[in-house]
Amino acid sequence: MTIQILMPALSPTMEEGTLAKWNVKEGDKVSSGDVIAEIETDKATMEFEAVDEGVIGKILIEEGTEGVKVNTPIAVLLEEGENASDAENAAEAAPKAEPKSEAEPEPNSAPKAAAEPKAPEPATLDPDWPADAPMKKMTVREALRSAMAEEMRADGDVFVMGEEVAEYEGAYKITQGLLDEFGGKRVIDTPITEHGFAGLAVGAAFAGLRPVVEFMTFNFAMQAIDQIINSAAKTLYMSGGQMGCPIVFRGPNGAAARVGAQHSQDYAAWYAQIPGLKVVQPYSAADAKGLLKSAIRDPNPVVFLENEIMYGKSFDVPDIEDLTIPIGKARIWREGSDVTLVSFGIGMTYALEAADKLAEDGISAEVIDLRSIRPMDTATVVRSVMKTNRCVTVEEGWPVCSIGSEISAVLMREAFDYLDAPVLSCTGKDVPMPYAANLERHALVTAQEVIEAAKSVCYR
Amino acid sequence: MAATRQRKPNASKEELLGYYRDMLLIRRFEEKAGQLYGMGLIGGFCHLYIGQEAVVVGVEAAAKEGDQRITTYRDHGHMLACGMDPDGVMAELTGREGGYSRGKGGSMHMFSKEKEFYGGHGIVGANVPLGAGLAFANQYRGNDNVACTYFGDGAANQGQVYETFNMASLWKLPVIFIIENNQYAMGTSLKRGSSTPALYTRGEAFGIPGEAVDGMDVLAVRDAAKKAVAHCREGKGPYILEMNTYRYRGHSMSDPAKYRTREEVQKMRETRDPIEHVRELLTLGGDATDEELKAIDKEVRDRVNKSAEFAQASPEPDLSELWTDVYA
Ligand SMILES: Cc1ncc(C[n+]2csc(CCOP(=O)(O)OP(=O)(O)O)c2C)c(N)n1
Ligand SMILES: [Mg+2]
Repeated sequence: MTIQILMPALSPTMEEGTLAKWNVKEGDKVSSGDVIAEIETDKATMEFEAVDEGVIGKILIEEGTEGVKVNTPIAVLLEEGENASDAENAAEAAPKAEPKSEAEPEPNSAPKAAAEPKAPEPATLDPDWPADAPMKKMTVREALRSAMAEEMRADGDVFVMGEEVAEYEGAYKITQGLLDEFGGKRVIDTPITEHGFAGLAVGAAFAGLRPVVEFMTFNFAMQAIDQIINSAAKTLYMSGGQMGCPIVFRGPNGAAARVGAQHSQDYAAWYAQIPGLKVVQPYSAADAKGLLKSAIRDPNPVVFLENEIMYGKSFDVPDIEDLTIPIGKARIWREGSDVTLVSFGIGMTYALEAADKLAEDGISAEVIDLRSIRPMDTATVVRSVMKTNRCVTVEEGWPVCSIGSEISAVLMREAFDYLDAPVLSCTGKDVPMPYAANLERHALVTAQEVIEAAKSVCYR
Repeated sequence: MAATRQRKPNASKEELLGYYRDMLLIRRFEEKAGQLYGMGLIGGFCHLYIGQEAVVVGVEAAAKEGDQRITTYRDHGHMLACGMDPDGVMAELTGREGGYSRGKGGSMHMFSKEKEFYGGHGIVGANVPLGAGLAFANQYRGNDNVACTYFGDGAANQGQVYETFNMASLWKLPVIFIIENNQYAMGTSLKRGSSTPALYTRGEAFGIPGEAVDGMDVLAVRDAAKKAVAHCREGKGPYILEMNTYRYRGHSMSDPAKYRTREEVQKMRETRDPIEHVRELLTLGGDATDEELKAIDKEVRDRVNKSAEFAQASPEPDLSELWTDVYA
């Protein structure tokens, strides 16, 4: 059988090229790997190697020819026992049509983040636990610790790994007591090696274990962000659903106090952009506990953003057997009719304080705690804004491409006719975090700014 | 590189025929992939394994049920060697429904839970801690399985590799770090990229034993891998094998290869080819007849042709696939 040698595509973008030089002539014997021609692509001059063995029967395109389309026959190769007339016949045979698929309709031009699990029922004022549940005061720190301990008791595949989590009992004492109870096999001190241990934990999750990776703070997770995004978040998709990655990356996020620019960044908006990740940032101790338990059980990678300042704050936590809070469901903290304040994490402190003050001025603010950033319960926000017709978002992160910007876009799209004022975002200032006490105070978002924004959208 | 190729095989005829077949399957598969790329049926980046076949076939000969493997984007050979279906691999290259990732991963991103193949990773160095994580899981579960973690000479300069060496040695993880030193990282030769050329010594500071191996000799590779595997199974921690090998083709399909001479490549092909080596061992010893080898050649060629047909006949994924597998 004669073989047509076709003009090859030699780069991902090449459509045609110049047949610069033939290194063989008709009648030459070639074997696999021999350079038979030089071809200029859109990028470089490339040597073109023979794939099959045989004799060059006929050269169809002269050297020096420009604009030779990919897949055009350029020569005919004869196999053992064939002669030149076979080459003639082969040359005349019509070139094989290329099975390239024609342009496809865009699947859906509307922006879509629908690859996400369906959001749970929209939030109401009802808590996520039985109304008659006994309550117990607990700090966020204790809540996080008990969430991990409960999940570790329930599932032997859950383990905790990070810097100073075991013998030192956690840089912020979140893992206190875990080493005593679960031993060194399941509570693992790592060297200072974020990129390495994040990758190692992702590998363990691929193998079916359920790692909880503590970053001393999320500022240091920038060292590991490739593993979080490229390995943890994308592999399920790239494997056509074969390779799950049940892992939690947790630790304090955002500004602490007076620790300067490198230790004070809020990463909510960064991680929220990544399909394949879930992102959670609780405010209350009950949510911290219930969401962390859900995150550990979730089959997907979850970025769990805590806040150092919140660790010591006490909240009522339902004292029930197995408190879980669904990821992707907001919580309405306070009902109101004039303006919707949307926040999450420590931002809730400012939103709630502002709502109290606004009430004194006769403005009734509805306060929504997103709790989950991805998937985000925008349905609850939209429903609230349809009632209040005004919205102010509150977060500690930077203003550009912020969570507030996202909510603003959603409201524009889904509640445009209900808005009586532009959506305003209260954020941290667009600067690296300064050290000086007065400057830091100004760099952070404040309750006063929220009050002013709320009054402004109420035209008061 | 040390030319210690074996002339008297310490392997049975059946073993040698098996290695021959496995290496040839990779060679022919890759040639076919190159062809399909030239026809525009395979897109993007496509890194061929031609020349390096002895590495993965030799290591696989030392592995047992339950051992895992993980590698880089130059991964077709690893998949074939661990028994993944050539049809599924080729169809992934063409981005079709019948591919291992249903067309959503491509050449660099394929996986098989069933064959304990954990990818196919496109970020140079990233698969190294992932491999140690697989080993961590073995240790956690108390089994004696080993995670074979392959990476290139270029990857050996990534920071996370050393983070991983440290943890793997500290925790005595059953992981074999297999450095496929094919002498080049894209266009950067080993000596232009590495302060010290002996990559097998890179674990010394962490107390990890290392060994340089003739990666063009499947028997040398197998024997070294057996030793490393035994070391890991006994709970002695990680092991480094530097496989000195060579890639005949460009880094990927669009490599003009100006960084080395034609003669260098030709010399390697003529004097060090891993498949020719086994062919010689089989024929010079008089054990295998030409007919036997020809029959294997034909069987392999047919298998590869069938995979190419499958990969072209398989439809493109349904558009609904765009939205699946983002979350479990
Ligand atoms: C982090 C990262 N940097 C750069 C690249 C681009 N790149 C892909 S392969 C490669 C060379 C790697 O060489 P080596 O590790 O020797 O492996 P080989 O290709 O020889 O198998 C480079 C620079 C990448 N994929 N990832
Ligand atoms: Mg290399």
